[in-house]
Amino acid sequence: MKVLLSWLREFAPDIEGEPEHLAGVLSDLGLAVEELSHVGPGLDGIVVAEVLSTRPHPDADRIHLVDVDAGDGEALQVCCGAFNMAVGDLVPLATVGTTMPGGMEIARRKMRGEWSNGMLCSGAEIGMGDDHEGILILDQGLSLGAPLTEALGIHPDVLFDLEVNPNRPDAMSVMGVARDLAARLGVAFAVTAPGVEEAGQPAAERAAVSIAAPDFCRRFGVRVLDNVPSGPSPRWMANRLLAVGQRPINAVVDLSNYVMFELGQPNHTYDLDLVPEGELGVRMAHKGEQLTTLDGVERTLTSYDGVIVNRDDEAIGLAGVMGGASTEISAGTRSVLLEAAWWDPMTIARTARRLGLRSEASARFERGADPEIIPMALDRFVELAAALGATTSPGMIDATGNRPAPITVRVRTPRVNAILGTELSTDEMTALLEPIGFACEAGGDSQDFKVSIPSWRIDSATEIDVIEEVGRLHGYSNIARTVPVTEQAGTLTPQQQDRRHIRALLTGMGITEAMPLPFLAPGDLARAGLGDDGITVTNPLVAEESIMRTSLRPGLLKAVAYNAARRTTGVSLFEIGRTNPGGGGELPDEHEHLAVILAGQEATAATTLWRRLARHLAATNPGVVNGPVDGLHPGRSGQVLADGQPVGALGEIDPQVLDAYEIDERVAWLEVDLGALLEADRGLAPYRAPSRYPSSDIDLAFTVPDEVSADEVAATIAQAGGELLASVSLFDVFRSEQLGEGRRSLAYTLRFEAADRTLNDAEVAAARQTCIDAVTTTHNATLRG
Amino acid sequence: MAEPEQLVVEAERQAAAATTVDELSAVRTAMTGKRSPLVAARKALGDLEPDARKEAGQTLNAAKTAIDEILSAREAELSAAARAEQLAAERLDLTEVTELAADGHLHVITQTWQELEDVFVGMGYRVAEGPEIESEWYNFGALNFPLGHPARDMYDTLYVDYGEPGTTLLRTHTSPVQARVMENQEPPIYVVAPGRCFRQDTADATHMPVFHQIEGLVVDRDTTLGDLAGTIEAFTAAYFGPGFTSRLRPSYFPFTEPSAEFDIQRPDGTWLELGGCGMVHPNVFEACGIDPEQWQGFAFGFGIDRLALIRFGIDDLRELWTNDIRFLGQF
Repeated sequence: MKVLLSWLREFAPDIEGEPEHLAGVLSDLGLAVEELSHVGPGLDGIVVAEVLSTRPHPDADRIHLVDVDAGDGEALQVCCGAFNMAVGDLVPLATVGTTMPGGMEIARRKMRGEWSNGMLCSGAEIGMGDDHEGILILDQGLSLGAPLTEALGIHPDVLFDLEVNPNRPDAMSVMGVARDLAARLGVAFAVTAPGVEEAGQPAAERAAVSIAAPDFCRRFGVRVLDNVPSGPSPRWMANRLLAVGQRPINAVVDLSNYVMFELGQPNHTYDLDLVPEGELGVRMAHKGEQLTTLDGVERTLTSYDGVIVNRDDEAIGLAGVMGGASTEISAGTRSVLLEAAWWDPMTIARTARRLGLRSEASARFERGADPEIIPMALDRFVELAAALGATTSPGMIDATGNRPAPITVRVRTPRVNAILGTELSTDEMTALLEPIGFACEAGGDSQDFKVSIPSWRIDSATEIDVIEEVGRLHGYSNIARTVPVTEQAGTLTPQQQDRRHIRALLTGMGITEAMPLPFLAPGDLARAGLGDDGITVTNPLVAEESIMRTSLRPGLLKAVAYNAARRTTGVSLFEIGRTNPGGGGELPDEHEHLAVILAGQEATAATTLWRRLARHLAATNPGVVNGPVDGLHPGRSGQVLADGQPVGALGEIDPQVLDAYEIDERVAWLEVDLGALLEADRGLAPYRAPSRYPSSDIDLAFTVPDEVSADEVAATIAQAGGELLASVSLFDVFRSEQLGEGRRSLAYTLRFEAADRTLNDAEVAAARQTCIDAVTTTHNATLRG
Repeated sequence: MAEPEQLVVEAERQAAAATTVDELSAVRTAMTGKRSPLVAARKALGDLEPDARKEAGQTLNAAKTAIDEILSAREAELSAAARAEQLAAERLDLTEVTELAADGHLHVITQTWQELEDVFVGMGYRVAEGPEIESEWYNFGALNFPLGHPARDMYDTLYVDYGEPGTTLLRTHTSPVQARVMENQEPPIYVVAPGRCFRQDTADATHMPVFHQIEGLVVDRDTTLGDLAGTIEAFTAAYFGPGFTSRLRPSYFPFTEPSAEFDIQRPDGTWLELGGCGMVHPNVFEACGIDPEQWQGFAFGFGIDRLALIRFGIDDLRELWTNDIRFLGQF
């Protein structure tokens, strides 16, 4: 929403102050100033010139040579990058020596060998509209050589570009912004009633309105005008519209827009001759009903759209969104029906969104226009049109639907202070509210009061809404800042702490945290050797972002491939992230996974990693069970157990999957369900005082069939060794022809010790034998000599 | 047999001649061993008269002591020389390193996330979490966005095919965690909820369909807008450092009223628009089963990703998601 300072001052003439200060005040009121710009200054030196001839530049395609007459009858050559002018057009010429609004200085200079004696300007370059592309073509009839400001009636002004929140329908108008600003500045704000002269046949005899959708249309006002101007609007009006970003079209359209910007009330004109008997009606559309809108597009409507119909119940306009083509004003139009109505915000929002027809008008209706401004908006149009020769029939047709009752809210003074943290009196609150139209009336005692919500604040209906207004007008920056004190100790949950410990462990091991996108493309999971696609996104912008992941594997594989393609092999990455492996109740099941990918490493690197992770988390009975896992190398994969329960998988990525990702190295993989792992039984074993007696180490090597895992043998030893066995660890593995196919040697170091004595040779020998017997009998193993 | 004094002289000579600890050891054996003249002389003492024996014995003992001292001193010299020689032989050029183990790095988002958590934990907050795939109710309904409310359009929501169409979505903000916490916990409540959020957005330098936010929620007996402003200010000082201040500007969110945007002012006077905040709307309290006449609260939220970009001087959001090790390894 763009507003000009001069326009604001028509409602509050005493608004004073530096533009930057005013911008700060507007922002503090919740009308954030996105851009502050100056209109007018910098245009000195820009004059009206006539195009005498154009010809190609001998040495450049993108610019051509334009001869202009800047009033002295001489042909002045200018190089120009825009081609939209014709001989005889009037254009703005920035003469040599001019400093442009953007700070650029215009000098006589050569461009590719040709002299340029100034610059022709686009609308954007001189602060008139947004057009950067073409040179601004001026109206005929201006005197050559006249300063542009004089010729166009431009006065220095300040333009504020405001960001208006959805709860501020009132601030979608110059009047509303002026009201807020005047209230904060403590200056007078006044709306002058438009002067209306009426003549001829009464409006009621020339037009009629019936409302068949009284909740959708709560008010529908109509005036009838004759002798409407057919030419352009006056220069001052066009300048203002240009400044706020609205291209001038013709007097009728410009008047309509001007009133909308000024008062916030969108309005529409119908060619009276094309509306039989001047009869208009409002109803909801029929499903499938067709209507050709002003833009020439045939629209198919739904029963949620509101339409304006003629006497024959034919739709002639899409209410609040776009008029119909059949009653459009043309150059020959002499008489018009002028409509200003109130439409249901949600209906307008839905229709505008569905049809992609959001406009300045629909934006105002969506927020909720002011039903009480309708007569004044009509009158303002009439007043401005009269200055251009239009005449107006006496009277206004004021049809009403279900007009909302005025809202009165009881406000408790202590409640306001309790929410805001202020110590304002009832009188002080009243003094803040009254200037923005919230009329206050004393309540039963000094501790509460009644507030009448103004009709232009449809967003306000409850006490908290009024409290917000008190806070806003008082100024958030004027509220004393305090910090609440809690008795609660701030902490992370054990799970949150574990997550941090895991991240510290992994980074300490040289593994870097990656962050792949959580979306997958269809088929990504299959490419990674995983099952079918999981949950899909119903409205993705691109197919690559349409599948929710069931595993972190596709993302990390892609990351490894990305790095390998850039000549970085051997990367080690991890991710902790959510997955949706399927199932669920009201919501899909969501699991937090931890995955580690070790490029250039073998499967056992993943086992080592898992062991360290399990030890770090003090997982109870962590284990690995060899066996195939989808998408992993069938001979180099296994399940990961915590406390006997499967919590994940590890191994090496299946070579076929690696081929699909164009990865040329072995890749070790570990993925665990972090939630399951952290919830599984965990905890340190009971404390055992270190023995004060010497320990004895025994090495045992067994020939063991390949099907038996080293872990299983170690577990058997651990069980057989009993109390005296302090530790068992694998220290050597080898295969040889001697050992035979399908068997290998596993060598373990066993450490025996007792807490209360030095073990004697016989005890150690007995324990050793027990272990040997257990392994050989349990696992089809033999002791190597 | 040689006189004891001569033995001392001889020991001195031989010790000086020895050039290694091993050679000195042989000298020690020769001079003080079982077959040494000294031992032989001691054995011969028994043949002397008591007086002469005493005198000769003292002489022998003195010689023995002198020889031991000579040998010990020489041994210390030789060991020191040997150690020095060994150390010299072991000299290393400490820059001859061929392979540096890779460092692991936490992602910049995680680093920023953890720093933010730490600031709020230090202020007495706990950290709450919620699902990334959310129900329409928690994402909108419980937060005072009625069905069809235009404010829902401010969020370009991604929906998933789960349950009835339009009921299950990828959360567009971390605010649903507010509602979940209030449903499950009796006030007073002091929590922050960092998390991942989603929007239908085309990836470019400043937009991603996935991003991270942190949400704060305080519910207590007499929590005020002044408390909110003070909390934002305290956070600003703690996270950004001295010289940074904050301001609140009126704004609009369905789930808070009064609502505000909060901006951070850098020491050079420029502003950074950081996030949104406000007093918990009475309708939200009621939707979550908390009596708004008994409890008051505030909530705030802001983006983590942009903070990470600013903190590390990164100029394109997409870099966060490429997983290029040359990017990840810098932080």
